[in-house]
Amino acid sequence: MASEIVTEQQVKMKPKKKESQVVQVFRKLIKNKLAVFGLMIITLQLLMAIFAPFIVAYEPDEQILEATELPIASEGHWLGTDNYGRDMWTRLVYGARISLVVGIISVVIGLAGGITLGLLAGYYKRLDGIIMRFVDLLFAFPGILLAMLIIAMLGTSIVNVVIAISIWSIPGCARIVRGSVLSVKKQEYILAMKSLGAKDSRIIIKHILPNCAAPIIVFATMRMATTILSTSALSFLGLGAQPPSPEWGAMISAGQDYMWTSPHMTIVPGIAIMLVVFAFNVVGDGLRDALDPNMEYPE
Amino acid sequence: MLGLIVRRFFQLLILLIGISLIVFMSMHLAPGDPAAIIGGPTASESDMEAIREDLGLNKPVLVQYFDYMKGVVQGDLGYSYQTNQAVTAAIITRFPNTFNLAIASMIVAVVIGVIAGIISAIKQNSWFDLSSTTIALAGISIPNFWLGSMLILVFSVTLGWLPVGGLNAPFYTLEGMKQLILPAITLGTASAAMIARMSRSTMLEVVRSDYIRTARAKGVKEKSVIWLHALRNAMIPVITVIGVNFGSLLGGTIITEQVFAINGIGRLMIDGIASRDFPVVQGTVLLVAALFVIVNLIVDIVYAMVDPRISYE
Repeated sequence: MASEIVTEQQVKMKPKKKESQVVQVFRKLIKNKLAVFGLMIITLQLLMAIFAPFIVAYEPDEQILEATELPIASEGHWLGTDNYGRDMWTRLVYGARISLVVGIISVVIGLAGGITLGLLAGYYKRLDGIIMRFVDLLFAFPGILLAMLIIAMLGTSIVNVVIAISIWSIPGCARIVRGSVLSVKKQEYILAMKSLGAKDSRIIIKHILPNCAAPIIVFATMRMATTILSTSALSFLGLGAQPPSPEWGAMISAGQDYMWTSPHMTIVPGIAIMLVVFAFNVVGDGLRDALDPNMEYPE
Repeated sequence: MLGLIVRRFFQLLILLIGISLIVFMSMHLAPGDPAAIIGGPTASESDMEAIREDLGLNKPVLVQYFDYMKGVVQGDLGYSYQTNQAVTAAIITRFPNTFNLAIASMIVAVVIGVIAGIISAIKQNSWFDLSSTTIALAGISIPNFWLGSMLILVFSVTLGWLPVGGLNAPFYTLEGMKQLILPAITLGTASAAMIARMSRSTMLEVVRSDYIRTARAKGVKEKSVIWLHALRNAMIPVITVIGVNFGSLLGGTIITEQVFAINGIGRLMIDGIASRDFPVVQGTVLLVAALFVIVNLIVDIVYAMVDPRISYE
């Protein structure tokens, strides 16, 4: 009988199935209204990029010479047309694809380089000095200057922009990862792993790297914003995507000559860039809060 | 303090040598023969060989680097491939425009950023706080080349209040100030947003500290608590952000100068990149990076002076 009661209590006290960390972070994230707005914008951009050919009626370079510089809300062209009669909505949708692809590739390459350098510098003291001095050196180029120097070396093209921005992302990521590694490697379980004779590569990849994930995720999200902004800036300056590419920065650059007669050519791509960059910034902010265990959330 | 300054100065020297090496090597590795760029399409092989000989391009890379650095130390950054003008002279002519623009945008950034950040912190969770933090986030997200175009569209094209571009009148004249307003707002907005966010968070931290509670308990007026007691400590981390931002503003002038057709270092650099004029690119990049690290050094020293708790030992 007694054993039956105990069993009943045990059933009552049985803890709920523990939520995975990802679900917990997502729950916290969606309590942040701005982050939800950001997520919606990013999803929209993703859908535009993937389904571009299905949601537009024209080709991005298709010129309708009898319908040039049509204003916003024109028939058949709800965002108007540019000076060559190209549909602005079509170009905007295809531009979303370019900025997303360039952003993702640059961030992934930058992360790969930054994580590797950060892990090595943080874990091996003898490599720390040399790697971090190199990182400091790259940090000595303010803002977009490092990317410009690389483009000056490689030449102007969108591929070179990807390379330049990837390299530019490395020092920031390396510094963040190194900082996390330094705090994680002092934990007792890492010391225990070492004393058990685990290989360095196993400790780094299986035990240290997953514990550095939070700052890396936040960095990657924020970096997407910087990358999209920088790609468009470089294209605006004529150093990135070249005409007739529907890249948003290049569209603004082309629109500048028509600002007096067709301001929508400049306004539309600018708003697109601002919204997407804003979205990645607020999601990054939200993720930073959601991944912070000390942050309290209202129920 | 003297020890800190001396140590930092030596670190700066090493950093400057590293920067010069990276910049020099990048230009050296760039595809394209400088002799062909200078000689043009009609140059014969013997002409190009003469140009290479004249520029010392036949020497080993390291010798070329040391020759270049010898010139840099003496203020000689070489000659433009396109115009044959001395790069140093071109930089000296254009530097005041870039410097004035950077200073004006810094003023915009600090005034707007600090005031907005402090009011946000004092009136936490009010409509002002909510709108100012959202605007600050939007400010970081606005592409400054687009913001510049929009400001031109509104204030120059539509309202006709301010000039469309250019920066040729001295900054202390009315015309010069008018020419500076739009570029300074364009360049300063993102920094203002960052400074506002930083000021808000540090101010919030400070007003919750014990010494502020004590000051309030002693009956000190709220204005004095905020402006005399809290602000001084809250501004310490903000100084770093301001310093780092000043360096970034120097880099940011590159884009703003292009939008407003300002004859500054940035435009010189972009034209140099577009025409593969390596001495110009080399000289301008070197100058901006060197200024950036020097400003950072000054910030570090000021930081240590303002906050005696900071030790770099």
